[in-house]
Amino acid sequence: MEAVKSFFETPAPSRFTGIWAWLLTTDHKRIGLMYMFAILFWFCLAILLGGLIRLELMFPGENVLTAELYNSVFTLHGVIMIFLFIIPALPAIFGNFFLPIQIGTDDVFFPKLNLLSWYLYMLGGVVAIAALFSDGFPDTGWTFYVPFSVSTQTNVSTAVFAAFILGFASMLTGLNFITTIHRMRSPKMGWMQIPLFTWSLYATSWVQLLATPVVTITLVLVVVERYLNIGLFDPAKGGDPILYQHLFWMYSHPAVYIMILPGMGVISEIIPVFARKSIFGYKAIVVSSMAIAVAGSLVWAHHMYTSGMSDTAVFVFSLLTFVVAIPSAIKVFSWVSTLYKGAIQMTPPLFLSLCFIYLFSVGGLTGLVLGAAGTDVHVHDTHFVVSHFHFTMFGGTGFAFFAALHYWWPKMFGRMYDFKKAYIASILVTGGFMFHYVPMFIVGLQGMPRRYYDYLPQYAQGNFLAGFGALLMIVGIALMFVNLAVTFRQERNAPADPWGGVTLEWKTASPPTLHNFDHEPAVPDYPYDFTEVVAARAGKTKQNA
Amino acid sequence: MSMSPHNDESGKKLGMWLFLYTEIILFGGLFVLYAVYLVVHPQDFIEGGKQLDRIFGLVNTVILLISSFAVAASITAVQKGQKGIALAAIGSAVGCGLIFLVNKYFEWGHKFEIGIYPNSERLLDGPVGQNVFFGLYYVVTGLHGIHIIIGMIVLIVAMAFVQAGKITPTRFALLENAGLYWHLVDLIWIFIFPLFYLII
Repeated sequence: MEAVKSFFETPAPSRFTGIWAWLLTTDHKRIGLMYMFAILFWFCLAILLGGLIRLELMFPGENVLTAELYNSVFTLHGVIMIFLFIIPALPAIFGNFFLPIQIGTDDVFFPKLNLLSWYLYMLGGVVAIAALFSDGFPDTGWTFYVPFSVSTQTNVSTAVFAAFILGFASMLTGLNFITTIHRMRSPKMGWMQIPLFTWSLYATSWVQLLATPVVTITLVLVVVERYLNIGLFDPAKGGDPILYQHLFWMYSHPAVYIMILPGMGVISEIIPVFARKSIFGYKAIVVSSMAIAVAGSLVWAHHMYTSGMSDTAVFVFSLLTFVVAIPSAIKVFSWVSTLYKGAIQMTPPLFLSLCFIYLFSVGGLTGLVLGAAGTDVHVHDTHFVVSHFHFTMFGGTGFAFFAALHYWWPKMFGRMYDFKKAYIASILVTGGFMFHYVPMFIVGLQGMPRRYYDYLPQYAQGNFLAGFGALLMIVGIALMFVNLAVTFRQERNAPADPWGGVTLEWKTASPPTLHNFDHEPAVPDYPYDFTEVVAARAGKTKQNA
Repeated sequence: MSMSPHNDESGKKLGMWLFLYTEIILFGGLFVLYAVYLVVHPQDFIEGGKQLDRIFGLVNTVILLISSFAVAASITAVQKGQKGIALAAIGSAVGCGLIFLVNKYFEWGHKFEIGIYPNSERLLDGPVGQNVFFGLYYVVTGLHGIHIIIGMIVLIVAMAFVQAGKITPTRFALLENAGLYWHLVDLIWIFIFPLFYLII
């Protein structure tokens, strides 16, 4: 069957063998897989930390964590999830693996820089661990707000340095992707023939370049303040602490779109394939990706309504926040319209995508509750906020990540997994998710603040349910990963195109060959034209009959 | 498909421009701080600016402009195949960078002597606006100084490549990118100089 060897058997550069064929590779597919294993490690660790937080909150009073330890654990959970999982997960794994294939080329533009980014990512992770074992991990929360981050005795400098390195890695990946899309796209592929996942990575990469340097300089300033005590954010010395928050969110709100845009791209790939129908509003989705990239950069101060900004600023940022909801909604409508009257074929990736649409919509709509200045003042810094951003980041990006894993797993490893277990796992995760986060909305509205290890007795029931949900989720995720991992024991059994996809990655072998294509791939006029797939499958059914 | 090493010079330059863009944003964050604090403490910023030595600033500006010219000249020399001139030009640019840093050392040293440095008693007892002004002065010029050092290293690497004959009249993107970086560092100084030394 396998006439052509896959990239697993052909190292690049070819002089390396064994472990070096991985550690020194310039093959974008191998680098993508190396990211995958590192990122999954951090993801599992952060899940366990999250479970620990939930265990502490499951019952009133001090249970498994002291107050100080609790502060460090939620900071660590946030820092790992954001900087080591959500930001790199989709671009670094699936972007690296599939972006060059989707645009019909053999690698990214700067392969060595790509490898350097991976090493920076690993270094950032190691530095984060170093912070953990030196003077105790920071207890500031992932936002490192001044003045606390400057005055606390915990090891903020090392953790901030880790974030600095990780920011650099993410920036270089973005730079690489933009250059690749511009310079290495198949000459026959025009801008309006690029698959939507690649389009979303293009938008993401611009946000990475636009925003990351701002947080870099902000984090540098935190370190400078800790060592030199200049007082740039200290009112007693002429500084302004609010300015820190502005600088921080100037990056960190756009970073939210770095996290969600690739997820939206994944969903835009999966939905049309399993609806056997051209995506509704291709151009609208492309334009809305770019619109999110632009408008998302102008809404940062909606994190700061209660920080003491002027009312005019609150009004302007609230308005802009409502504006940025429009392009996200356009995408949701387009996905739903794609499903309408489609010949839907249910598979685990589609199931997870449907969960994504639901959970992300809840997350988006509750975001408007927070974007409106009046209601935000009421729920600011409560568990309502925690629940909201978990609906978007986990229910959104996390589920898109699961969907991408199930969609591209047969392509990456050439092995098909068991559908039934995948469904059970997905249902467990989704059900656990609802049990976990819906009670948080309620206790949040009732006024339970975030970032405390204990709470008033009236919140006990909600927190107990949330802890129960967390357990379901952890079991579900474990089952999902085990179900995928056991495929390594079986033969490579996945065909080149198990789903009936039409983008270029389905035109090559599973797993792909070293240079991705044996011969120059034919670029379709339109990336989501399923007429041939539908006709071929109809022909097959007839034959069987 | 072949995986022959592609030789896309304009692609490499595109990547470099994107990187330079991130550098601009990096300093942009500091310029935002400057802008806000200038509005909050205008008089203190003017007083602070008067205490900086304009001669030092001017000399350093001229030195960097000369170095940028040298880098540009080295690219032309490489295009014409004049390796010796190219090496000399890059070398003098690196030398200019060194002179800049020496000047900076004496300038900072003088400020330290009269008690103007981060968290010094003189600044803490004086007006808060001047504390912010000099705090920003040290952060911005310090970060710029680090970029000068990185730029010098990049130029020295480019020099080694020219020496080894890896940069040729048809393939000189690496030197051009090194030059672009150096021009950017120069350009940032062109903004720093008036903002701190010439403010009235």
